[in-house]
Amino acid sequence: MSVEARERRQPWILLSPALGAVALLLLVPLIFIVVYSFWLRAAVGPDTPGFHLDNWQRALTDPFYRYILLNTLKIAAITTVFCALLGYPAAYFITRSRGNKLILLLLLMLPFWISYIIRTMSWINILGSSGAVNTLLLSMGVISDPIRMLYNEATVILGLVHFLLPFMVLNIYVSLDGIDTNLEDAATSLGATRWQAFLQVTLPLSLPGLAAGGLLCFVLGAGTYITPLILGGPRDAMFANLVFEAIITQLNWPMGSALSLLLLLVLGALVAIYNRFLGMSQLTKGLG
Amino acid sequence: MDNTKRYERLLERYRNGDLDRRSFLGLIGAAGVAYGLQTPFARMARAQEVTQVRFDGWGGVVSEAFRRYAFDPYTAATGIDVVDGTFAGGDEYLAQVRSSREGEYNIAHLSGVFDYARYVNFGLDVELNVDNIPNMALVMDALTNAYRGITPDHLSAVPYNYGTTGLAYNRAHISDEEMREKGASILIDPAYEGRIGGWSDWRTRMWYAALQTRQSPNDIQDMEAAWDAIRTHRDLALKYWGSGAELMSLLAEEEIYVTEGWSGRIAALQEQGHDIGYYDPPNGFGWQECLFVIKGSPVEACEELLNFMLAPETSIAVAEGQNYPPALDGTRVDLGEKIPTLPAYDPTGTLEALTFADPAYWNGNEAEWSETFSRVQRGF
Repeated sequence: MSVEARERRQPWILLSPALGAVALLLLVPLIFIVVYSFWLRAAVGPDTPGFHLDNWQRALTDPFYRYILLNTLKIAAITTVFCALLGYPAAYFITRSRGNKLILLLLLMLPFWISYIIRTMSWINILGSSGAVNTLLLSMGVISDPIRMLYNEATVILGLVHFLLPFMVLNIYVSLDGIDTNLEDAATSLGATRWQAFLQVTLPLSLPGLAAGGLLCFVLGAGTYITPLILGGPRDAMFANLVFEAIITQLNWPMGSALSLLLLLVLGALVAIYNRFLGMSQLTKGLG
Repeated sequence: MDNTKRYERLLERYRNGDLDRRSFLGLIGAAGVAYGLQTPFARMARAQEVTQVRFDGWGGVVSEAFRRYAFDPYTAATGIDVVDGTFAGGDEYLAQVRSSREGEYNIAHLSGVFDYARYVNFGLDVELNVDNIPNMALVMDALTNAYRGITPDHLSAVPYNYGTTGLAYNRAHISDEEMREKGASILIDPAYEGRIGGWSDWRTRMWYAALQTRQSPNDIQDMEAAWDAIRTHRDLALKYWGSGAELMSLLAEEEIYVTEGWSGRIAALQEQGHDIGYYDPPNGFGWQECLFVIKGSPVEACEELLNFMLAPETSIAVAEGQNYPPALDGTRVDLGEKIPTLPAYDPTGTLEALTFADPAYWNGNEAEWSETFSRVQRGF
């Protein structure tokens, strides 16, 4: 074998364990799901193998699935906007703080040490009828009866913002941290106010981080099912809840497979659009 | 020569310098790969030798009672270990079993006759030899007959306990008289809008919709009226709960004043001192749980374990722990002091006072109703 051929093969040999893991843990299950989505649920007993488009036809044409999908995207979008509005000032503050940056970053990571479910359930103790907020307001005499705050779409969004905010802050922080602070000083020395310098220099330069955080928050938010289950009312559901119900409650694995692939395709399309205009490199920076 | 000995000899050669480090690590790695590859097949070769049985249940006090009164004595008597796992819900567990290898799961504490029928439909049943389970003689015939209705020529499970899904209400806000007067319709009473709860289970929702529209739950004729009742309940409800813990929390924290509830969980709330009432309306939802042996299991070993689990001391300890009466017939076995006081307990041993779901009717409608409920729940 020539040296050139060996050099060409070497990266693939080194990459093979990782590629093998990706193939085994991601591609093979995905292929199973794709195959399953074309099967049919039998009334009794095992599912019927074959190549049937019924599940896909229903997933794509049934207004119920369209409504829940659009509602899911709406909730994910609102959550992302809130995360951006709350996350940017926090990230800016961490970037500009002197000396205690590491402690602040550590505090930002602290919520990850607690189970996501526990964190979500904590809102019940805060917003419930006998929760902290109502107890405080009642003891202060501000209200005479507990205010009903839980189990609606607003609390679902609140729970999602709570879950996703650190992802947004970290991405914006990475972006802001890479901006030379002298640029703002230069802008002010040329007559810009601090606010103008921020709007015209810092903000545009940090937009890739904001976009990366937005994409992560949106994708993770749109794929969640625990939050609406814990904090939502009877009507509140996101698309992943339908996948869960189809597979676990209705034991309709073929339909559940089609629905999960539909969600994957929609979110995949968004990632592809992001990649086309902004590139994926910012994402890996934020995660790193 | 066993593997430990082989490893020791290899290590000695390496330490003596007879083997370089690369070869030593290579041989260890090869041994690991060989073991990993042969293990699944070795399991088949040793299929006759039963060393452990897996039991899956609801965890908590039930598991503790099983461990103390059944599993440990069983292991001492047979030398077979019992590995106990837990699951959060029957649907989720069935999904796991369906995607597992045969023999991976052995005995499960399943809900009602529904699960029995579902497992049979998926071909996951076995044929138990009841003669190997002498304690079956103590079990109420009414419970066993429900399974014989599905598999007339054999049993794949033994009944274990029963209970009801009745109406639970906060006595500070709803009196006993009001509850008896309104019955199941209290769940669609606009006076309690935003203070009503309900289980997010399509069967329970449909059962209570049948009661609210004055129909027989095992023969619903006016489906539109039933779905309308479910829609009304949905619009008035604050929350659909998904677990016993959530049910207890919602009632204890006074988030809701009325809901359906599981008799054992409500008894537990009452034990904790909460002023929660419990009422089984006419045609209230009775159900039973069983210990189901899953296809591919070592049947004889499972039969012996089932006998330990059905023994009165085990059944009573589990029943007192979970607040559900055992399947044992109170006319044949002394069930102690606490069990006769539990909600849903039937001293006659006939269970004629309870209404159970007809599995053929409910499982026959499962596909359509579970999917329709998913839509109705979301406003469709």
